[in-house]
Amino acid sequence: MKKSILILGATSDIGKALAKRYAAEGWGIFLAGRDRDQLDRLASDIKIRYNVPADAHYFDALAYDSHKDFWKNLQDLPSVTVSVFGYLGEQETAEEDWEMCQRILDTNYTAAVSILNLVSNSYLERGQGVIIGISSVAGDRGRSSNYLYGSSKAAFTAYLSGLRARMFAKNVHVMTVKPGFVMTKMTAGMDLPPLLTAKPGAVANVIFKAMKKKKNVIYVEGKWRWIMLIIKLIPETIFKRLKF
Amino acid sequence: MGKRKEISNWGRYPRIEKKESLFDNIPVLDGFLSDADTLIARGMGRCYGDSSLGENIINTASFNRFLAFDDKEGVIECESGVTLDEILQVVVPKGWFIPVTPGTKFVTVGGAIASDIHGKNHHIDGSFSRHVLSLQIKCSDGTTYHCTPTDHADLFSATCGGMGLTGIILSAKIRLKKIATAYIRQKQLKAPSLDKLLELFNIYQDYTYSVAWVDCLSKGKSFGRGILMLGEHAEEQEVKPGVDTLKVHKTPKFNIPFNFPSLVLNKLTIRLFNTLYYLKNLREEQDSVVHYDGFFYPLDNINNWNRMYGKRGFFQYQFVLPLDKLDLLKEVMLLIAKNNKASFLSVLKVFGEQDGVLSFPMKGYTLALDIPYDPHLDQFLDQLDLMISEGGGRFYLAKDARMKKETFWQTYQQADKFLEIVNKYNPGSSFSSLQSQRLGITS
Ligand SMILES: Cc1cc2nc3c(=O)[nH]c(=O)nc-3n(C[C@H](O)[C@H](O)[C@H](O)COP(=O)(O)OP(=O)(O)OC[C@H]3O[C@@H](n4cnc5c(N)ncnc54)[C@H](O)[C@@H]3O)c2cc1C
Ligand SMILES: NC(=O)c1ccc[n+]([C@@H]2O[C@H](COP(=O)([O-])OP(=O)(O)OC[C@H]3O[C@@H](n4cnc5c(N)ncnc54)[C@H](OP(=O)(O)O)[C@@H]3O)[C@@H](O)[C@H]2O)c1
Repeated sequence: MKKSILILGATSDIGKALAKRYAAEGWGIFLAGRDRDQLDRLASDIKIRYNVPADAHYFDALAYDSHKDFWKNLQDLPSVTVSVFGYLGEQETAEEDWEMCQRILDTNYTAAVSILNLVSNSYLERGQGVIIGISSVAGDRGRSSNYLYGSSKAAFTAYLSGLRARMFAKNVHVMTVKPGFVMTKMTAGMDLPPLLTAKPGAVANVIFKAMKKKKNVIYVEGKWRWIMLIIKLIPETIFKRLKF
Repeated sequence: MGKRKEISNWGRYPRIEKKESLFDNIPVLDGFLSDADTLIARGMGRCYGDSSLGENIINTASFNRFLAFDDKEGVIECESGVTLDEILQVVVPKGWFIPVTPGTKFVTVGGAIASDIHGKNHHIDGSFSRHVLSLQIKCSDGTTYHCTPTDHADLFSATCGGMGLTGIILSAKIRLKKIATAYIRQKQLKAPSLDKLLELFNIYQDYTYSVAWVDCLSKGKSFGRGILMLGEHAEEQEVKPGVDTLKVHKTPKFNIPFNFPSLVLNKLTIRLFNTLYYLKNLREEQDSVVHYDGFFYPLDNINNWNRMYGKRGFFQYQFVLPLDKLDLLKEVMLLIAKNNKASFLSVLKVFGEQDGVLSFPMKGYTLALDIPYDPHLDQFLDQLDLMISEGGGRFYLAKDARMKKETFWQTYQQADKFLEIVNKYNPGSSFSSLQSQRLGITS
């Protein structure tokens, strides 16, 4: 079988970098997202640069009802599916505005569950497949400055962990990716510490290599594992007084 | 939009603290257009001065997708942030080449069009825009125009060489050049004097690629000595058997990690370099077959080589003089030699006809010099500016950071017509750079 990857949220900066990284290795690319015009441009770009098949598929993560048809309509079953879409929102606004809050929770958690349930069941049936979920270090501990986004990612991380255990015996691998800061549209304009901020290309590289090694949970970059360990070890009585 | 940071172009002067915004889709770009009063596009920042610096800088790095490639006909269409480096990677293996290329492959398609760049084949193939079949450009009110040499011909002609002032170029369709191999049959001819060098230019004018390196420091009999470098795309049988005939260049690894102390590059080392460069060619005539990367982009293998010029930076100075102003060219070169305005590689070339309304190349001789900064340099260059503009010459805007307003209006004869077209498509004019403000093209 030809290797191929489905990228859910392919117009994201990390998604675009993944598409290039996998295409450079000769993989076929399914690009899924809601910006049709951009997806078409990305597909032609991948085909021309890397001489691999690439096509664009409309996918709205929040339109749960459409997920079944979306999955059914892919001509071939992709060997790998990566869920990249996500929504950061604004913590302070979302504390007051239920609409935004719900959108954060739904995009990062409910939507991912809706589509990955379908994907995992069909991989299970086939007895083969890899699922990669892009979660976040923000899900490792709820901080006052972004716990709405953080808690949705925490739920996603827990989902992926359970899914991995369920799929393990059936030759379907699930990998959880927890990026730290990444320089993307999501973080444009934020003052991120340069030493802790990765470029999308580097993130894609790490993901590709980790997938080949069948890693379970990875931090990008590795130093985030230790940073988050320290953050997790801070006793709650102190943690609740920290404003970050 | 992005956050503020220090930005400068290849000549490292001027340096400004500004925000640079990225876009990967049209709605985001539309947002920038409606939010800001003035904007300027920026590609790889390979112009030397302030052409792509301004109040609000729109970087095209993320708008860089290939849209179509017809490898039978040799036509490629891509977004404006795609670099020539990337195009080469795609087209060379299929037997195609970029029709006109500058001395570095790290420029974007948008930058190549906006500066209407020229290459070593200008006398035969004209500038970059001659090979642009069509382009899409977004003007200030958000309208996107599809222009060709016949549709919206005025906007097309003003955009090619228009230094970003007509709008944001979104994409372009370019006709490529067929090649049999990725190699160049090169001929180098040593000329002991300027007269001899110019004579050689004449004799070998049918060569597709021709450019000369001149020693701008030698005086007396060997004044203006140099090496004429000629090239043709090599045929398959000229390339050593066993090598990959359509091999793509490698990506550079070596970085210059810090600014060289100024003393590494003083007048003495420059003179020494010039002498050695001239002497390295032992024979009068030398033939070889070389890869395109070494032929066109000798300096691309060192990232950030502009750091060699030390903290205070250098000036790149490039002008063109009409063919009948040979005496003036000599006078200018003599003045440079006499004043020891040392330059590493001074490059001389003969241009063909002009293309766009504001395009730099016109029939004549062009000389490009890198001059390290010294406190008297400005005054000296003002003097040269005057001589050259009075002689009917002009200066390359992509390499300018200091020209006076009067000089621009005196030397670019079609500047009024250019401005008319800018205003027709951008009533109230949204696009403006530090350069266009300095030169009084925009407010
Ligand atoms: C080592 C070296 C060698 C060179 N050799 C040559 C040579 O041989 N011949 C030659 O002609 N030039 C040469 N140049 C100059 C270079 O080719 C031009 O300055 C070119 O325009 C740089 O392109 P860029 O993508 O870096 O654009 P920038 O330097 O970022 O911008 C240059 C101009 O293009 C405009 N621009 C960029 N993108 C767009 C867009 N999408 N829409 C509208 N306007 C846009 C900017 O506003 C600006 O006015 C050389 C430069 C270097 C550093
Ligand atoms: N950047 C960081 O520092 C960082 C850190 C940790 C984790 N992450 C995670 O990494 C992933 C990729 O993010 P990024 O940084 O690359 O950000 P990005 O470029 O802003 O991408 C977010 C993407 O999600 C898509 N999306 C949002 N809602 C959608 C919906 N309803 N249906 C379909 N697509 C939808 C967006 O599509 P449109 O293009 O159509 O808007 C966009 O492409 C996200 O899951 C993010 O949470 C990022």
